Amino acid sequence: MLEITPSNIRQWSRFGSRAVYGQALLDVAKDFPNVVALSADLGNSSGLDRFKATFPERFVNVGIAEQNLIGVAAGIAKEGFNAFASSFAPFITMRASEQIRMNLGYMELNVKAVGIGSGLVMGFLGNSHFGLEDVAVTRAIPNLTIVSPADCTEIVKVVRAAAEFEGPMYIRLTGGPNNPPAYQGDYDLTIGQSIQMRDGKDVAIAATGSMVAASISAATLLQSDGISTAVYNFHTLKPIDQDCLLHMGGHYKSIFAVEEHSVVGGLFSAITETLASNPQRPPIHPVGLPDSFGKTADYGVLLERYGLTPEGIRARILSEFASDKIA
Amino acid sequence: MMDLYELEHLCLRMRRRILDMSLRCEGPTHLGGGLSIVEITAALYGSVLKFDPNNPQWDDRDRFILSKGHGVLGLYTALAEVGVIDETTFLTFKQTDSHLISHPVMNVDLGIESSNGSLGQGLSLAIGISWGARFLGKTHHQYVLLGDGECNEGSVWEAAMAASQMGLQNITVIVDNNGFQSDGSTEAIMTSTSLAERWSSFGWDVSVVDGHNLDELCSALRASPDHQQPRCIVARTVKGRGISFMENNNEWHHNRLTQAWYDKAIEELGQGFEC
Repeated sequence: MLEITPSNIRQWSRFGSRAVYGQALLDVAKDFPNVVALSADLGNSSGLDRFKATFPERFVNVGIAEQNLIGVAAGIAKEGFNAFASSFAPFITMRASEQIRMNLGYMELNVKAVGIGSGLVMGFLGNSHFGLEDVAVTRAIPNLTIVSPADCTEIVKVVRAAAEFEGPMYIRLTGGPNNPPAYQGDYDLTIGQSIQMRDGKDVAIAATGSMVAASISAATLLQSDGISTAVYNFHTLKPIDQDCLLHMGGHYKSIFAVEEHSVVGGLFSAITETLASNPQRPPIHPVGLPDSFGKTADYGVLLERYGLTPEGIRARILSEFASDKIA
Repeated sequence: MMDLYELEHLCLRMRRRILDMSLRCEGPTHLGGGLSIVEITAALYGSVLKFDPNNPQWDDRDRFILSKGHGVLGLYTALAEVGVIDETTFLTFKQTDSHLISHPVMNVDLGIESSNGSLGQGLSLAIGISWGARFLGKTHHQYVLLGDGECNEGSVWEAAMAASQMGLQNITVIVDNNGFQSDGSTEAIMTSTSLAERWSSFGWDVSVVDGHNLDELCSALRASPDHQQPRCIVARTVKGRGISFMENNNEWHHNRLTQAWYDKAIEELGQGFEC
């Protein structure tokens, strides 16, 4: 079983989400003989080369055919396996959207659909490869659990949790090699329960995926601006942690939803859907990607462009929080 | 296992049930594509499939996947005839909150292996089941019924490629080649004349049978492939088979059976009944 140590955390962070996903799945496959990995010709890109070498009989490559990928995974799940099917986020969630709806949503088969390289990390590969709307699409499908790990350590924990979890799930992997870790050690993870990463009393950031670490850094910067900022890791986007959101609604002057996803249909939408009818609702601000296809650049440049760096998040909070206080 | 005489009578009773349930539900049903598959599902449930009506969850049962999900009239009637669906449940067809609606909803206790209705998905699911069964050393066989119109779906061919690549011998596809789809003939919309060649070129062991000839169907369904290949049976059928005014008349693809039409159909069907 992979150990969560400072040295492993540093190493995983260097490897990035895809490589660590493959490593984590190989690790759980040793403990869970019912775990099967499926790929649509992106096995190596999903970090599954070692899985394939170790368990060739438990690795299925259906070729470049995402619709069939999900259907075959569902059939395998029907025979009692826990089927982990991975591809790039837009391909698996949108090319195979209706297969996910029928097999994972309607029939609730035990498939873990894994969207690799979501958000903007594909950089110059362009919008065709970006995961801008994958949460919006999957969140609208009944019965799906949606998980978006904050960093590579959380990927290790989520993959193990998914191996123990009976039911359909979409796992969204964001960030690339050398993304900063959000966690420095081990902790308890329960699917469906958000985690408070940092205490604060003025502003709350609800963050998910790669934006958790960036939000923690932003909160540190905001301290010198005199804004006390709490940070919550919403690793589970569906079912959304309503208790935590209701608590946030009653305790902070502003809430910021920070996500490497379109502002349509993701974490911001889940928060506003929950708090819209809450009389104690403070202003809720989306900090995410615009509802558009932008020009392409390196991942870091794109994050800066859309204000998804610690400095960008800080600037946005400074600006919005000043208005919220006046209001 | 029924003999041919018994299977013929099973088909007559299924057609009678199809008419009864279509009249009773007071709404449109997919009569054409339901009637075209009666001999196929009768052969499967009456003679070929391994299952236990008293234990529908039996793990070693053969699986039947109705990928052309609108063909439920040919499925529910077979399941009722062999005692998997009880008569009380059978009478709930298309009633509020029924388990039996116009497309299958997965319910293994009622013999319904998967939810369908979105065309082009059943074969992928069956491939996964077949892969899993082979991995586990289980002997059950998967039978998947597709429509010829359904073969317009690209996902069918993604699946067709994969099954032969995997060398799955525990899966048999039956294509209900009735020559029509929702908007008209397959010839006018997307031709199905070379279906056998297409499946063959995708690596399947293909045979072509008269889809209303029970003897031919049973032989083809029971045959073992010569090589490590999945099997495909292209069943030449007639849409609306058994009711003259519905045969090859696509107005009955999805239509309401009025009392007058019902009476006429029953009269025709009665001529085949001796039981």
